[in-house]
Amino acid sequence: MKPLLHNRDVLPVIAPVAIGALILAVWQGTCTVLAVPDYLFPAPSAIGHALTANWLTLLGALVGTLRVTLLAFALAVVGGTAVALLFAQSRLIEISLLPYAIMLQVTPIVAIAPLIIIMIDDTFVSLVICAAVVAIFPIISNTTIGLKAVDPGLLAYFRMVRASRWQQLVRLRVPSAVPFFLAGLRVSSGLSLIGAVVAEFVAGTGGHSAGLAYEILQAGFQLDMPRMFAALLLITVAGVAMALAMAGLSRIALAWHGTGGDEH
Amino acid sequence: MTAIPPVELLSVEKRFGNGVLGLEPTTLRVQPGEFVSIIGPSGCGKSTLLKLASGLAEPSDGRVWWWRGPFARVGEDGRRLAFVFQDPTLMPWADVAANVRLPLDLAGVPRAEADTRVAAVLAEIGLADRAGLRPRQLSGGMKMRVSIARALVTDPDLLLMDEPFGALDELSRNRLDERLLQLSAERGLTTLFVTHSIYEAAFLSTRVIVMAANPGRIFAEHVIDAPLPRGEAFRLSPAFADHARELTRLLTAASGEDDR
Repeated sequence: MKPLLHNRDVLPVIAPVAIGALILAVWQGTCTVLAVPDYLFPAPSAIGHALTANWLTLLGALVGTLRVTLLAFALAVVGGTAVALLFAQSRLIEISLLPYAIMLQVTPIVAIAPLIIIMIDDTFVSLVICAAVVAIFPIISNTTIGLKAVDPGLLAYFRMVRASRWQQLVRLRVPSAVPFFLAGLRVSSGLSLIGAVVAEFVAGTGGHSAGLAYEILQAGFQLDMPRMFAALLLITVAGVAMALAMAGLSRIALAWHGTGGDEH
Repeated sequence: MTAIPPVELLSVEKRFGNGVLGLEPTTLRVQPGEFVSIIGPSGCGKSTLLKLASGLAEPSDGRVWWWRGPFARVGEDGRRLAFVFQDPTLMPWADVAANVRLPLDLAGVPRAEADTRVAAVLAEIGLADRAGLRPRQLSGGMKMRVSIARALVTDPDLLLMDEPFGALDELSRNRLDERLLQLSAERGLTTLFVTHSIYEAAFLSTRVIVMAANPGRIFAEHVIDAPLPRGEAFRLSPAFADHARELTRLLTAASGEDDR
């Protein structure tokens, strides 16, 4: 057992799994011994049962939430990058528009969501817009910083050889911004899931494209706690999967970029 | 009939935005094939002089000529200059070959021709087997060689260098100094070189300009008549020691009036 625990690759997997198993065992044990009713606090076995029993419904809800999340994320990436490129063009554009981008960021999405949902007929579209509004800001701010964080020596070289503004943008500013953009991407992916779930909550049960938040609300009304936990579990799994995917993407991109990965 | 000087600074003066006189009216002519080093205490305007000689900065007064006119850009016919900075200033996301190719890419040189020229210059500077590596995989000396290759690939006639080997250890610096002298001879380059090191100036130069500060000005000149090419034997010769001693004396005199 000891050599396994000292293995640097295995330990970060083994240790959290062990803690998780321990918590589940204590949770299950406590619920069984004290006979806690499922509608107060469900045991892991009850949650597992709820998950398998409502598998198709929950899977449909997961797909619904993921569709909103991924579309909002894509919209935030494209829109945020476009805005950042616009900001990088001139100081005047940036100082004129930045306050509005910040206003958009500091106003809580739960406060704006009802407005968007009322104004836009299609619930799915309004959910995507709500989530994209939350997710766009880290892309804008990080990419803008990255486009400006150019090595001064390299910038002096580009100016000396009379590179055009376009050449400076494409060959210098955009590549310099890649690590900053990737950091923004990681934050934004998490926020797009949060935005999607929050927007679903605000939209309530009226929508056709009912996601996991809808399942949680429904389960709450029916005091079906195991199903509520099952839906919650799926949201967490979706979040973790997106975070892992972004971490992997940024590792690959940084290795290509030459600023990450192993030394020669 | 005398040869046309690659760079001529004719009573150039540089006054900074705050009114401080960075360089008092100065005239300097560099003849074809010369290797001119500029040494001096900090604040003497040696980097300013080099920037004026490269067109990176405009003089407040006076004129700068290159071959009695303006210099040509990459891709144009005519005589060219290239500048090597104190730092290698390489793109970390591009490999050695792409870094060296940059000035050709920016000038719109066709890819096939650019690749041929890059391969030739990398072979010349001894980096042919490193073409696919990224800058962070290289030592400081190799990065500087890539930076020099990026200057040489544009086929310059005049090379301007601002303390290019200042950050290197002495052994790497000596090796690169020797390589630089060989390259200058092979390509018939004219070089204007700023350095902090008396020994580097004594080794490389055919002429050393000693500058003084407050205001920045040329204080003295010293000609080094040892034959080229030079190698380790010159560094160990009594003549080298004499030149180094004379440069030390001049530099001490130039620095004498202030900050001691």
